[in-house]
Amino acid sequence: MIFTSYNNIISSLGFSTQENYQAVSNSQVGVKKMKLPFSQDEFCVAKISDDKIQEHLSQIKNADTHTKLEQLSILSIQDVLNQSGINPKDSRTLLIYSTTKGNIDILSSDSVKDDRYKEVDSKRVYLPVFAKHLQSYFQLVYTPVVLSNACISGILAIIIAKRFIKQGTYDNVLVCGGDILSEFTISGFKSFNALSNEPSKPFDGNRVGINLGEAVSTILITNKKELATSYNTQIISGASANDANHISGPSRTGDGLFQCLTQILKKNINDIGFISAHGTATPFNDEMESIAFDRAGLNTIPVNSFKGYYGHTLGAAGVLETVLSLESMKHQRLIKSEGFETKGFSGNITMIESHQDKNFSSFIKTASGFGGCNAAALFEKV
Amino acid sequence: MSNITSYAHIKHNQVSVNGEIVFHSNSSLTLIEFLSEAYKNLGISYPKFHKMDAQCKLGFLCAEFALKGTNFLTENNLSKTAIVLSNCASSLETDRVHQHSIDDKSNYFPSPAVFVYTLPNITIGELAIKHKITGENAFFVSEQLDADLLVNYTETLFQRNTKTAIVGWVEVDVANFEAFIFLTENTENINKSSIFKSLNQTSVTTIYNQTIWTH
Repeated sequence: MIFTSYNNIISSLGFSTQENYQAVSNSQVGVKKMKLPFSQDEFCVAKISDDKIQEHLSQIKNADTHTKLEQLSILSIQDVLNQSGINPKDSRTLLIYSTTKGNIDILSSDSVKDDRYKEVDSKRVYLPVFAKHLQSYFQLVYTPVVLSNACISGILAIIIAKRFIKQGTYDNVLVCGGDILSEFTISGFKSFNALSNEPSKPFDGNRVGINLGEAVSTILITNKKELATSYNTQIISGASANDANHISGPSRTGDGLFQCLTQILKKNINDIGFISAHGTATPFNDEMESIAFDRAGLNTIPVNSFKGYYGHTLGAAGVLETVLSLESMKHQRLIKSEGFETKGFSGNITMIESHQDKNFSSFIKTASGFGGCNAAALFEKV
Repeated sequence: MSNITSYAHIKHNQVSVNGEIVFHSNSSLTLIEFLSEAYKNLGISYPKFHKMDAQCKLGFLCAEFALKGTNFLTENNLSKTAIVLSNCASSLETDRVHQHSIDDKSNYFPSPAVFVYTLPNITIGELAIKHKITGENAFFVSEQLDADLLVNYTETLFQRNTKTAIVGWVEVDVANFEAFIFLTENTENINKSSIFKSLNQTSVTTIYNQTIWTH
């Protein structure tokens, strides 16, 4: 069996998994309107407080030699190492890093690139160099594997971790997903007219687009029963599939996501507690998901999106949302799909409209992204 | 049993298929000029090609050369065909173009047609669309071609639902470019043809180093 284990979330809503779960269960929203250093305009984003980062820097060796993403990644990975007690120099332990843009802020020639980056080698904009930087910090035996597969990166990295452990290549895989807010991504999504100027409303009839967010989240995946933690939850199955339809728009009929779901659903689907959907709050994405869930017969399974709390955290999203779903199952409580009020999709699915207690022992996490990619995984209590 | 059934390699303005150079252009051509010449050499018409960024064009052409003359697309279930690609620079070449469009506030022109290519897995998406391949996807970013990673991961896919895969390396970074793509099939039919090699780290490294480039 392959288990989900110790984990961490660093986000706009806190620096530990516990803080984050408490925040969402109290309906706190990390998305806020604010000015960002590179623009006079206000953006609705989920930003990690600079002051909070400052407070944690003393925990990092030579903190000023790391980029923001590296600082957050070090804090997140260190927290999981501390909790689990696993030795990062162990030859059976791999780190998989999931990101869309890594240290993309290094590329900016702007004054925004303050003297914080004086000590940073600009080569670390290359993801393998970034990965080697983390390897040397934690003295990992293996060079980390970097996965960059758009918005499915996080959940796909967890699926890949499971596959490598099942293959016998590793016993423990640390999966860390991270992306920061940057002018690069904000201007790009804005050029697509994909940004919402208000807190986003996944699956709602009045949704207009996404909020970007930043986060780093880490989870240990392991074959060691003694590390299974109180979740006592295994990864049953996972799959990815491509729509083969359009590079920047999902299939209208949800083909790729449907294909993933048919591959992971091998048991009585009525046992599934809920689906943590991708739910970006773009008109096309949420509509596509409703159709795919409907086609897969998941009509009565409650659905939420965590994007209303965190915005879209890109390469972190799949990891962060899996960790929150594990917490949700541990507490036997469904978390409201923040921002949802009125049905805004054509598929016959059931949204989670308020926090509620529920006895359940499994959940599904899904994601879809640019390049036509989709992924889904099924998690279940042992 | 898994076999490598065909492979193509593009480097130094040359294209090799199964180890033999099949096309070369003047070495003074830029990447974009070379890609255009290689596209003409294939004799195909695919209007979407002209919208792609250089990395997608390179990956697209390399896959076309590897597929040409094979039955890979007609004999296999393309919902069970995976695409696993890798490189070092992710999408940095196009990232720089997008960054340039936002660096100057008085000349600010970010474009969705550029931004969509700032993800490396778009190359996978373009291959999937062209050939209607709907199986597993993964894009890994490593310092150099990592035969261990690509073979180990493809083997995990073959243990599950995947029957065939398109695997390789597609890199564009400033003046440097290289693509290397092989087709692999998990099958009982062991063909004795000389280009069929069993899928393992050694054979991937061997075919990657096989081509003798002419300049």
